Amino acid sequence: MKRNAFQRSVVRVLNKLSSKKALKYAMYLSAVIVFFAFILLPPILGVIVKWTAIEQVFNQPVLMGRALSSIGNSFTIAILVSILDIVAGIPMAWLISRGKSKWLSVLDTLADIPFIVPTAALGYSLLLFWHEPMGISGLFGGSLVSTGWLLVLLLHFTFSYPVVVRVLVGALLDYKMEYERASRTLGAVPFVAFRTVTSPIIKPSLIAAFVLSFARSLSETGATFIVAGAFENGPVFLQNVRNDFANGIVPQATYEGATVFASVILIVLSCTIFALIRILGPRLKLPFKGIWPSTERRLSYSKAAFSRNTLTLLVFFAIVLAPALFVAVPAFQALFTPTLSDAVSSSGVWSGYWQSLLLSYGLGAIVTVLGFFIGLPMAILIARRKLGKSTSAVLDILVNIPLIVPSIALGVSLNFFWKGSFPFMPEMLVLIFAHLSITYPYFVRSMSAAFERVSVDVEEAARTLGAKPFSVFSSIVFPLTKYSILSGAIMVFTRSVSETGATVAVVSNLRTAPVVIVDWVRGTVPATSLEIGLGCGFLVLFSFLILFTLRMVTRGKGRY
Amino acid sequence: MPEVRVVNLTKKFGEVTALDNVNLVVHDQEYFSLLGPSGCGKTTLLRLIAGLIEPDGGEIYIGDKRVDDVPPEDRDCGFVFQTFALFPHMNVWDNVLYGPRVKNFNLKQAETIGDEVLELVKLHERLDAYPGELSGGMMQRIAVARALAAGAKILLLDEPLGQLDAKVRNEIRYEIRKMAKDLNLTAIHVTHDQSEAMSISDRIAVMKKGKIVQVGTPQELYMSPNCLFVAHFIGESNFLEGIVTEIMANELEIELRGCFKVRAALNGAKKGNRVVLAVRPEIFTIERGTVEKENALVGKVEKITFEGTFVRYVIKLESQDSVVVIKPSMAEAWFEVGTKVTLSFAAEKTHVFPYPEAGLTEEISV
Repeated sequence: MKRNAFQRSVVRVLNKLSSKKALKYAMYLSAVIVFFAFILLPPILGVIVKWTAIEQVFNQPVLMGRALSSIGNSFTIAILVSILDIVAGIPMAWLISRGKSKWLSVLDTLADIPFIVPTAALGYSLLLFWHEPMGISGLFGGSLVSTGWLLVLLLHFTFSYPVVVRVLVGALLDYKMEYERASRTLGAVPFVAFRTVTSPIIKPSLIAAFVLSFARSLSETGATFIVAGAFENGPVFLQNVRNDFANGIVPQATYEGATVFASVILIVLSCTIFALIRILGPRLKLPFKGIWPSTERRLSYSKAAFSRNTLTLLVFFAIVLAPALFVAVPAFQALFTPTLSDAVSSSGVWSGYWQSLLLSYGLGAIVTVLGFFIGLPMAILIARRKLGKSTSAVLDILVNIPLIVPSIALGVSLNFFWKGSFPFMPEMLVLIFAHLSITYPYFVRSMSAAFERVSVDVEEAARTLGAKPFSVFSSIVFPLTKYSILSGAIMVFTRSVSETGATVAVVSNLRTAPVVIVDWVRGTVPATSLEIGLGCGFLVLFSFLILFTLRMVTRGKGRY
Repeated sequence: MPEVRVVNLTKKFGEVTALDNVNLVVHDQEYFSLLGPSGCGKTTLLRLIAGLIEPDGGEIYIGDKRVDDVPPEDRDCGFVFQTFALFPHMNVWDNVLYGPRVKNFNLKQAETIGDEVLELVKLHERLDAYPGELSGGMMQRIAVARALAAGAKILLLDEPLGQLDAKVRNEIRYEIRKMAKDLNLTAIHVTHDQSEAMSISDRIAVMKKGKIVQVGTPQELYMSPNCLFVAHFIGESNFLEGIVTEIMANELEIELRGCFKVRAALNGAKKGNRVVLAVRPEIFTIERGTVEKENALVGKVEKITFEGTFVRYVIKLESQDSVVVIKPSMAEAWFEVGTKVTLSFAAEKTHVFPYPEAGLTEEISV
């Protein structure tokens, strides 16, 4: 690639600067400071700022009981969903990674679809499918699944299942098949080979999938709020208390007390469980002792394998894919009604819709760009252990915290901190900070993993050939990792566009698209099912188009 | 212990034919090697015998039993992988006992077998070590021990020495052979290293592009190659192109490039046929100056390489062909670069092959 004189001089300056050790360490230090100042400490300080309000809850046993039971519900649902995800995800991942049919690549793509449906739209889609007469309930002459814990469970399963499948497919593809083949030649039938050799080796991925599913379930707010009905989990409780405060049902002190109380317990419990899984996970022994020759042989071959595959596909199509895409039905119907012209002309409920859509995507883009710049030095720090092995390990754990903390609890704490400490700060800025906090781990994790995959030898070879640190990064490391960086960017963007919990916690006037959808569904702003369907449809369509364009632009690039 | 027989075995990967109608018999208790360049199909053949992949056509027999549809766990074939494939989450003892356990042997029986095979590979003192703590040689021994403990009647070894350094490789190859022989196993050993195959095998099958081109003892393959590829792949050969000018009672007369007339062993060629004469480098005698004699080629020493035991000369003939000559370094005086020399050889020690239709380079390409 030829550079003009200006570009050459810029590169020369950057090369010169990158060679200065002091400047390099200043950059790493600023990455750490930014992380603590904007990502990690604000939510902690936010809780501390309002700590005294917690007394309010101790004086109201009913409220405390409600908060505790909702938090208990959160963890129960999260554990159940994570177990179901692993149980259902393993055979699906197995089918995708080991099957021989050419249709499996289609299945692989289909498995990602719930990813691109923003969770608020997903919640409405599931509500229609399981609960409303126009969905599967219509076949049974009533509501098949009422709003409540079961629908919440189904919802959380639907959006976390693709994450688990993706992680497990990756693990099975990376897994050295030689181990399994060796096991077979030593006398193990396929089921025994999986149980005794494959699953212990991919155990870290099983644990990672479990943690991701667990964290997503704990964190999700918008869609859960749509399908929860009278059922309350932690995020729904926080949302309800906030609504009660907004409607003048509870005073500010009670609202703040209940919010701090629930947020602190959610954050502390999430971190404790995460730490326990990290510590105990590697020590967990998967069952090996004992062989059941005839049973396991039966489970390995023909009929059992066929039944397992059929059941796996049935679960995927009936419980994940069809409910996730069901919102397309009212969206499609709306195209042939005046709803479409109302939407285009921004009349009625649509008056704020397009701005909210623009806000969602604009916010997503801003957060993605900012996330890249503040996440990049941190990713290098962690991957290349620039501040020493133990400091890097600690940072690696700390950057994960926003991932496991329920987003509404994070949003509430951030709201207390930013609005309490800087009352004149524009709401948009608080919103950006909240979304940055939530998406920060996605960028740092994907980039640091990508940097770790680039051998240090390659960088050292470039240095010995005369390249300065900036040139090494721009001409060697970046081209080798850009696909992962773009994947991280896509993940950050979709997460930001989908985010509801933290958004509702920090905004008073601004409405992002998922918040508008939640308002419509909950009746805060009255809307018909066609309007909600079309609103969700636009959200899904634009998300799909943006992601599709990004995939097209980046397809095949950066894979070496 | 059984013999292994494959009949018309074919395997394709998409458009690529990895094995093309292969027939082979490995005798009971034989140490047999599959030798060939990368991509020739030798590992595919081994994996088909083990049941790790399914054939597209043909039959596989172990003993009298046809096993094409038998899953790998029921074939009693111990497979030693190039990467050893020791289970990283199990220590040496658990790795070795894996086979007896999954086959549901009783505990005492399994432990006795474990003890016996670890004794055999002399690694009893590393029972608690994990694969990551072992050297390459130790991992290799454990991989063999694990296959034996599972009750293997046939030992299938896929480039088992490929990951070891040269010195360890030389030691271990004889150990594996001794173990297989002591236990009366049938062993099939895949390698691309001809010296490894020659030094440990009872018989060798040389493979090229999915086919077996010759099967024989190491001596047969070296002394009597049946084609240019084998003459080139096993050991080293000089190839000289020429035309048959005379057919005699026991010999052929061939006119080589540069009008050298030489005599060579009969091979069924007719007068006027284009042929390739293959001469091993150690067959040549080398004399200073021009010497008038039968089967003489005159040229100049172009290059000398000292290889320890041997000295390697590259001689540029007057025809502009180059030939390689190998002589013991301690046995005689060396020739200097530029010295005019006469090379000669015994007709009965040469091999004559028809000139290949695809050309000589293509024929001997790996």
